[in-house]
Amino acid sequence: MVDLDLQPPVDRSKVPPLTDQTRAEVREIIARYPRSRSALLPMLHLVQSVQGYVSPDGIALCSEELDLTKAEVGAVATFYPMYRRRPAGTYHVGVCTNTLCAVLGGDAIMDALKEHTGLKHNQTSEDGTISLEHIECNAACDYAPVVMVNWEFYDNQTPQSARELVDACKAGNPPQPTRGPSKLVTFKEMSRVLAGFNDGLGQEGAAAGHASLIGLELAKQRGDTAPSYPGTES
Amino acid sequence: MLTPVLSAHWDEADSFTIEGYTRHRGYEALKKALTIPQDDLIQLVKDSGLRGRGGAGFPTGMKWGFIPQGPEGQGAKPHYLVVNADESEPGTCKDVPFMMANPHALVEGVAIASFAIRASHAFIYIRGEVLHVIRRVQEAVAQAYAAGHLGKDIHGSGFDLDVVVHSGAGAYICGEETALLDSLEGYRGQPRLRPPFPATHGLYASPTVVNNVESIASVPSIVLGGAEWFSGMGTEKSKGYTLYSLSGHVKKPGQYEAPLGITLRQLLELSGGMREGHTLKFWTPGGSSTPLLTAEHLDVPLDYEGVTAAGSMLGTKALQCFDETTCVVRAILRWTEFYAHESCGKCTPCREGTFWMVQILQRLEDGTGTEADIATLLDTCDNIFGRSFCALGDGATSPIVSGVQHFRDEFLSHLTSGGCPFDPVASTVFGGVSA
Ligand SMILES: Cc1cc2nc3c(=O)[nH]c(=O)nc-3n(C[C@H](O)[C@H](O)[C@H](O)COP(=O)(O)O)c2cc1C
Ligand code: SF4
Ligand code: FES
Repeated sequence: MVDLDLQPPVDRSKVPPLTDQTRAEVREIIARYPRSRSALLPMLHLVQSVQGYVSPDGIALCSEELDLTKAEVGAVATFYPMYRRRPAGTYHVGVCTNTLCAVLGGDAIMDALKEHTGLKHNQTSEDGTISLEHIECNAACDYAPVVMVNWEFYDNQTPQSARELVDACKAGNPPQPTRGPSKLVTFKEMSRVLAGFNDGLGQEGAAAGHASLIGLELAKQRGDTAPSYPGTES
Repeated sequence: MLTPVLSAHWDEADSFTIEGYTRHRGYEALKKALTIPQDDLIQLVKDSGLRGRGGAGFPTGMKWGFIPQGPEGQGAKPHYLVVNADESEPGTCKDVPFMMANPHALVEGVAIASFAIRASHAFIYIRGEVLHVIRRVQEAVAQAYAAGHLGKDIHGSGFDLDVVVHSGAGAYICGEETALLDSLEGYRGQPRLRPPFPATHGLYASPTVVNNVESIASVPSIVLGGAEWFSGMGTEKSKGYTLYSLSGHVKKPGQYEAPLGITLRQLLELSGGMREGHTLKFWTPGGSSTPLLTAEHLDVPLDYEGVTAAGSMLGTKALQCFDETTCVVRAILRWTEFYAHESCGKCTPCREGTFWMVQILQRLEDGTGTEADIATLLDTCDNIFGRSFCALGDGATSPIVSGVQHFRDEFLSHLTSGGCPFDPVASTVFGGVSA
């Protein structure tokens, strides 16, 4: 599917600059890998953590640090859907419209959110709070229909709950993800984690959601277990 | 009937922490493995009968055994373990909840597998769109380093291992193992020509094992329980326990850990069946790339041989169940749009073929097509299947060919009724109520 980008060019004066700290962190990423080029994907996530998208400056920084041409970096950046060509909203909303979610209600949710926000697929609101996108299967089909905000799970949504979710994000007061930490981080904060800089929030939140536990609960009710290891009782 | 091993403690609030994991003999398998000669460990995994849980079912121990060892040729190069945590096959939703609830079992498996294949560097390539899962795996790795399960001279064995958690950036094709390697090297994720295989020329053209999350995470239990314990579960050629993911119009969607060879009928009976008042129409045994099955196939043993004999594939054991309210043409169109979007563009049959299949399916779905379109569609599939560079192209034909085979009349009824005869509201979980 071709998504024609007919929006006005990005106003680069409003985009935070990449700093010496960014460059230092880029080098930290490079040091993790046996070969420097392997750092490129996390580096692009890092660029997004500062600027909200992969800017020409970001491409230049990666090309300098990895000794690649800008064209080589650009060719990689444009291959991967998560790298954006214009800034994402503070809260980037993705509605799963792959078949299973679509049939169970994802299409209705996407329609509702388009209407409610006035945004099309892959657009960001003028105030920069929300961007909207339809996404592919996000490995949460047992919680369908699924909405992701900044790649945190909002499970078992309805058009109404999704509208409320977006409104709360717009108001700067997003609810806790269904399976995630106590607070929803911003798109830029999220991108830092993807660049490999852990934010310590992994210790928060439940171990598993209700659907993940259903088989285990049934097994316990039925008294089903795997055979115990030889030489142990438990 | 159910055999929770990987999922046995997910109901404990701290199951994802090192304390929670250690409470249930976590990292004992690593300590034991470090005392076993590496070739014996590989033999143990061979003997267990463990087959890859990423879709293709290739024997894991055999894959490890292909890694050249010794001081000469490829064997002398650094060896790598790469964990495929890209989980993006539509319907597949097992590795993500697993890594959220029990990341240490993966980390322990990584350490054991790396030791066995003599790798001192391992990578866990996780799809980028699952933030909390990435955090959990990052933190599990950090905790494992702090506890001396990773790093230098692990538990005094002289074995060193560094593990890097690497986030992808949203391309389904990067789940294909050679595309994943290109992606991990910092290139566009496009599949490589094989041979040479990753076992000899993988990451950085060095010997590399690529394994699915669940395959690697099953290894600690095999080390602790032994090959016979593991192969005591499952069927003759499909050994062990595995995670089945039930989704769709069922009463209780979720993860069910059971021996290979259980049937969908058994899983549905166990879990309360389809949603109230509805019946099963079609389902996928292992994601959208595995041919659709119908209610006729409820008793097919869900193991590699059983599902293949039924004309499909076990794949990722992603059991997406759709009831009679679902339009199969709409479902297939949407999956085909997915393949067209995710085709990496490297080879013509897949790049062009998936594009044209979407056009034809759109006509068939909205009732403006003709019966000849069905033949053209199958023809296109014929030109993709077996002629594409990687298995994505083959997978794209699965829902179409099987869908027409089982539901040709439904394709035709779109043409006679001038559009889709189904009400999309009826198939939603919320009906007309909250829409
Ligand atoms: C298009 C495509 C996508 C794939 N996606 C995944 C994936 O997300 N996870 C996975 O483990 N295997 C995936 N595979 C299979 C891998 O190529 C490979 O067979 C697997 O990672 C090997 O691990 P295993 O032997 O442990 O199953 C995919 C294959 C194809 C063709
Ligand atoms: S089959 Fe499709 S995804 Fe695979 S190499 Fe060809 S174009 Fe790329
Ligand atoms: S289809 Fe939506 S999460 Fe899988």
